[in-house]
Amino acid sequence: MAEPQSPLGHTFVPGDHGNSAGGIGLVLTERNDVSIVQVTAWRGTIPAILAAISDVTGLNVPDKPGAGRSAGEKSAFGFSPGRYFIVAPSDDLEERLRKAIPLETGTIIDLTHGRTAIRIKGPWSEWVLSKLFAIDFSEHGFPVGFGRATLHHDIHTNIQRIDAETFDLYVFRTFARSFWQTLGHAAAEVGYRVE
Amino acid sequence: MTGTIEKQTPPQQIRFRDKKTMIIKCPYCGPRDVIEFTYQGDATRQRPDPASSDQTAWNAYVYDRTNPMGSHREFWLHAGGCRQHLIITRDMATHVISSVGFARDAVSSGREGDRP
Repeated sequence: MAEPQSPLGHTFVPGDHGNSAGGIGLVLTERNDVSIVQVTAWRGTIPAILAAISDVTGLNVPDKPGAGRSAGEKSAFGFSPGRYFIVAPSDDLEERLRKAIPLETGTIIDLTHGRTAIRIKGPWSEWVLSKLFAIDFSEHGFPVGFGRATLHHDIHTNIQRIDAETFDLYVFRTFARSFWQTLGHAAAEVGYRVE
Repeated sequence: MTGTIEKQTPPQQIRFRDKKTMIIKCPYCGPRDVIEFTYQGDATRQRPDPASSDQTAWNAYVYDRTNPMGSHREFWLHAGGCRQHLIITRDMATHVISSVGFARDAVSSGREGDRP
C-alpha cells in the first residue's frame, strides 16, 4: 500500500508557536494514522446501519441528529440524515464496513485520502474554533461525542467533540494546508504546540 | 472656504448598522447563519403534465412568479451543513421564517427506494 503523505507539508512545524511564553493554550495534531469512511443509509435502513457500525467499531451511535460516540482512536457520528463519519486506526475499516453493510442496507465511501484529520485540544479550543466557525461550541450546544457539518470561509468541515476541550476536525485534503495555517493564526494569541 | 461642514452619517452606514443576520433553523443541524444556505426557488409551482404541450402552462411554470409581499413557500439547500433540501415558509418583507422542513418529506414521501 502506498504511504500516505501529509498535505500539511512544510507548514507542519512541531514545537511551540504564537504567544507560547504565556503558556500553551492549545495542542494541535494531525491524525494521519486513521481511516475515514462515510456510510449512508437508504430510507428506512438507519437502525440496520447503526447496528452494523456498532458491530464493526463497538461504538453505539444513537439515532438522533448529530449524535456520535468516540472511544480511544475510534469515532463515529452523524452529520446529515442517515449519513455517518466512521474513523478508526485500521487499514481495513472500509472492508469490514463493506462486509457488514450490503448494498441493500447502505453505501460506503472511503474518504481517507480525501480528508485530513486535525485534533485541537486545550482549554482555549472553543475560543479559537469560534473564530472560524459560526456555530455554538459551548458544551451545552455541542455535547461530547456529537458531530457537526459546517463551513469555514465557504469551505466544508466536519467537526466532532471528543471531550470538554478536544475537537476533531475533518477538512478537505486539498484545503488542509491553507486551513492549518489559518488555524495557527487563530491560535497564535493563546499560544499553541504542534505535536 | 469658511464655515463648518455638518457631519452626516452616510446612508450606507445606516443600512449596514440596521442589517440583521438571517438565521435558518435546519431540522437536522439546528440554527445556522444564512451563508450556509442556497436559495433554490419558488416551492409553490406545479409542473404541468410532462406529456402536455400547452405552451401557456409551460411558460407560466418556467417564468411566472407571484413575488408576494408576505408569506412565501420556497426551496433552500443547506449546502454548508447537512446538504439537505428544505422547504421554508418565509415572509418576503421581513424574512421571518414560520416553518422549516425537509423537502423530501413533502415532495417524495411514500416513494420506494428514495435516498435518505
